Amino acid sequence: MIDGFENAVRLLDPSGRLDEKAAEALDLKEDDLLELFRLMLMTRRADLESTALQRQGELAVYPPLIGQEAAQVGSAYALEPGDFAFPSYRELGAALVKGVDLVDYLHFYRGTWHGGTYDPLEARFGMVAVPIASQILHAVGYAYGAKLDGSRDVSIAYFGDGATSQGDFHEGCNFAAVFGAPVVFFCQNNQWAISVPVSKQTVAPIYRKAEAYGFPGIRVDGNDVLATYLVTRQAMERARTEQVPTLIEAVTYRLGPHSTADDAGRYQPKEQVEQWRELDPLDRYRKFLTDRGLLTEEVKRGFDEDANKLAAHIRSGIVGAPPPDPGDLFEWVFAEKTKRLESQEKELLEEAGDQ
Amino acid sequence: MSEITMAQALNEALRNSLRDDERVLVLGEDIGKLGGVFRITENLQEEFGPTRVFDTPLAESGIIGFSLGLALRGYRPVAEIQFDGFIYPSFNQVVSHVAKHRFRSRGRAPVPLVVRVPFAGGIGAAEHHSESPEAYFAHTAGLKVVVPATPLDAFDLLTQAISDPDPVFFFEPKSRYWAKEDAELGRDSLAIGNARVVKQGDACTLIAYGAMVPRCLETATAASEDGVEVEVIDLRSLVPFDLETCAKSVEKTGRAVVVHEAPLTAGFGAEVAASVAESAFLHLEAPILRVTGYDIPYPPAKVEEHYVPSVDRILGAIDRVLSF
Repeated sequence: MIDGFENAVRLLDPSGRLDEKAAEALDLKEDDLLELFRLMLMTRRADLESTALQRQGELAVYPPLIGQEAAQVGSAYALEPGDFAFPSYRELGAALVKGVDLVDYLHFYRGTWHGGTYDPLEARFGMVAVPIASQILHAVGYAYGAKLDGSRDVSIAYFGDGATSQGDFHEGCNFAAVFGAPVVFFCQNNQWAISVPVSKQTVAPIYRKAEAYGFPGIRVDGNDVLATYLVTRQAMERARTEQVPTLIEAVTYRLGPHSTADDAGRYQPKEQVEQWRELDPLDRYRKFLTDRGLLTEEVKRGFDEDANKLAAHIRSGIVGAPPPDPGDLFEWVFAEKTKRLESQEKELLEEAGDQ
Repeated sequence: MSEITMAQALNEALRNSLRDDERVLVLGEDIGKLGGVFRITENLQEEFGPTRVFDTPLAESGIIGFSLGLALRGYRPVAEIQFDGFIYPSFNQVVSHVAKHRFRSRGRAPVPLVVRVPFAGGIGAAEHHSESPEAYFAHTAGLKVVVPATPLDAFDLLTQAISDPDPVFFFEPKSRYWAKEDAELGRDSLAIGNARVVKQGDACTLIAYGAMVPRCLETATAASEDGVEVEVIDLRSLVPFDLETCAKSVEKTGRAVVVHEAPLTAGFGAEVAASVAESAFLHLEAPILRVTGYDIPYPPAKVEEHYVPSVDRILGAIDRVLSF
């Protein structure tokens, strides 16, 4: 038995059986149920493709999310179009659901441009945030601005278990509570912050930290896409209608390394990894859909085709993609180039022209 | 014309900006009901309400990260950091996010915000209340760094900073808050990025900012009594840095002394000296000297007069460049 699921909301048990009573609150139609699976399948495929592209030297580095598909897809599926997600750096699944072009997203990891090249304001999906927990405060400020506007927009901050050790996590939770900011704090507790287990980050269960800030904290089985969707949906509604933040701890597991530069075999116990493989979020959900008779061969074929298309799109967008024009480097430091930047740009372009 | 202090001028600039642009929000520690520990935000909450002028929890990283989020949502946050020595917890937010946001998003998601910081010493304050951290920010690409020396400039520069499309760190020389100037606000305003020659002279150029500008003017008066006419330049902003005005002056005088309160090593004076030397080398009659704080932690108040550049120390440097 794996520790860490005490008090976790769960709708699907590991064999894919639905808790009908708990599921009464679900507002999903059959199309949604299938769409969740399609998005998880595409996420896994895109994630594996990205790891492969790193191995082939097309990406400089990549942080795999394998094992966390349900946590990301379930939570992001609960957002309305106007809601703004502030990711850390492992949120390819949430980015996909939010409609971000993954080629743009992956340019961050190719080293083409920091932050990814997409438009964060249009996508309502923040740039990759590597300094741990720093994006949490942006989500809170943005949410408070949305509240001042009288809009119904909510923001959601994605971060991991290691982030809860940072001061910005505390400051973000506290500011949100004090200002009544419509924000959801979504912690993917994947058990590992690179090589350090969650037991070395915090003694108190993560979801219970919410109590100290004065808002609800909820633990959910992060490998159960329906439960993750449901608790996030409820938290978003609470933020939207009552301006009450929520801290969600999605209990999940990082089945891959921290990044392609890491060797998880040096610290993740083999038995632990095996136990969690049994809880693979896609397997569980596939069983559920199959038992319901929703996942017909035809539907499966269509989804596989979509996943293949996405992988091909990523591959064609990333492989051999040219670096940016060096002249671009001076373009967006300020709204207007200073004289100093103009002369430095001239120097760079002359040097580049000589090569 | 009427007499006005820098504190009043800053208060007026905030008031005008709050009135003219509904996106402007003023936030920080104790800036609401109290009006800030230096009363720079006095009466603003009363006038504009607690939604637009509000106290935050006591957390500087929170203040800056939260402000960035507000800016992304289209607001124009003007955050106060209560004292220079309290800004360090926000450094990660400033360097990793505020400074880089326009760049990382290729101009699509800039975060125009202003961070006001009462800074530097000379007021007999306790530890952590007298520091000059401006070089850290000037060294960080993507931030503008502005330092007024007079009430009139404080008004103009803060007004410009709040409507600037880029993040501006606005350092207010707290020892000058109560100095008065006869001035009509908003007249003859000079844009951020332009230095100003505040006294003409031909023997030597003194280059300073903040509270060291009036100190250099005092020095110039003393030198003048000995028949030495020095030129004094108020930089007004460190980023953008107005090299042209400095170089032009040094081409005329052949000598330069840079003055600031911050420590010597890697201080902004090093940047000024190197740039001026590079640009006006053949006009120089002497090495460019720096008169600055020492490379020690800011000293206890009872001995701070030995640390902050004095008229005598600046006169000594003028003597050295003149007799080189």
